[in-house]
Amino acid sequence: MKKLRIHELTVPLTAGSIAPLKAGDKVLLSGIIYSARDAAHKRLAEMIHRGDSLPFDLAGQVIYYLSPSPAKPGMIIGSSGPTSSYRLDSYTPALLELGLKGMIGKGARSREVIDAIVKNRAVYFMAVGGAAVKMAQSIVSARMIAFPDLETEAILELKIEKMPLFVAVDADGSDIFKI
Amino acid sequence: MNEIDISRIISAVKTLCMEANYLIDPIVRERLRIALKKEDLPIAREILEMILENHILAHEKQMPICQDCGVVVVFIELGQDVHIVGGDFYEAIQEGVRRGYSDGYLRKSIVSDPIFGRKNTQDNTPAIIHTEIVQGNSIQITIAPKGGGAENMSEIKMLKPADGIEGMKNFIIDCVKRAGGNPCPPVIVGVGVGGDFEQCALMAKKALLRPLNEPNSVLEWAEVERDLLARINDLGIGPMGTGGKTTALAVQIIQKPCHMASLPVAVNIQCHAHRHRSIRVE
Repeated sequence: MKKLRIHELTVPLTAGSIAPLKAGDKVLLSGIIYSARDAAHKRLAEMIHRGDSLPFDLAGQVIYYLSPSPAKPGMIIGSSGPTSSYRLDSYTPALLELGLKGMIGKGARSREVIDAIVKNRAVYFMAVGGAAVKMAQSIVSARMIAFPDLETEAILELKIEKMPLFVAVDADGSDIFKI
Repeated sequence: MNEIDISRIISAVKTLCMEANYLIDPIVRERLRIALKKEDLPIAREILEMILENHILAHEKQMPICQDCGVVVVFIELGQDVHIVGGDFYEAIQEGVRRGYSDGYLRKSIVSDPIFGRKNTQDNTPAIIHTEIVQGNSIQITIAPKGGGAENMSEIKMLKPADGIEGMKNFIIDCVKRAGGNPCPPVIVGVGVGGDFEQCALMAKKALLRPLNEPNSVLEWAEVERDLLARINDLGIGPMGTGGKTTALAVQIIQKPCHMASLPVAVNIQCHAHRHRSIRVE
């Protein structure tokens, strides 16, 4: 039985820091990341189209396809597992062009997204869907930074420590869902 | 005749919403543990271990197993000798959902219009309610919160009678294949065969509610379920779609009579969190 290769990595990511990652490897990710899903991606795309500045600088950053359940009193965040990534596929290449280096979600990506990942030397991580309390344990702070009217779909800035992820698509375009 | 006040309906629905989201079905947990014993691919094992650990964390912290606390699907079996008093029955169910999702810190995921605005209704209502009138003087309430990821992978097709058993099986297997890792495998595959267009879809969802350790009561159909489960697990999709021996934990079919021109087949895919909870209000 081949053991999983495990990497510890900190955001912001660079082409160099993600170079050793291969599809199927495990990653413990730390640093600041941002949550965004369907409605927030639609807004980001509209802002890019209009030439507006975005709520956060995408360079080297990671977006987590997440809208958590509400935090109970005294807790940092509620359950925090990933949502399906394919729904964001149409928005992703433009964000990668602007310097986004990583996405966290679940399920396979389109050919266009994988091509854009290779072109921009980025990485797509998979989190385990339905392991949402476990995922929340690696979030040490959460703060809403944009689109409060989107409520649970607003953009959160999340500080994470050793979030357990798997490399689903690496910078060379190897895809765990096709291996 | 048995009088039941709506306050008891509200309170039952509220509790069921919370319990369904916090507590895993023990049979699902058992099937996942068996799956872990069979898997030798390291990534599949890690994923299953995380899912199993998450059940314990959710239970301990009384937090939802999954952040997608779903659209609430309610199945009511209303005894014909029950008289509901104190207010509107359906509104009582919606109020129970409202309270369960608010007091239980569950995510509200419902938008008011599918196209225009897509504004969150803030309380996870409306729930989708299916009512059946049955004999007796009690009410059986089942709450099955359904996540968007798995529901989105569901399909229905009006096959031709000539497509037969293999046509039916291929459609079901292809549906699971197309879904891949999206619906959070290991999945439970609910299938409706027969009926008409809308009944077939409902049968597929209802099939999910049959206990996973109870095969179809008709011998031929139990054999179809076994064969489909084996063929689906041979696809190699595996936990979360990253490969392995466990793609589905069960295939559950409801079959019903249909028109001589028709062979409707519906597939409703359920994620490994498989949330459902029932109570009888007497």
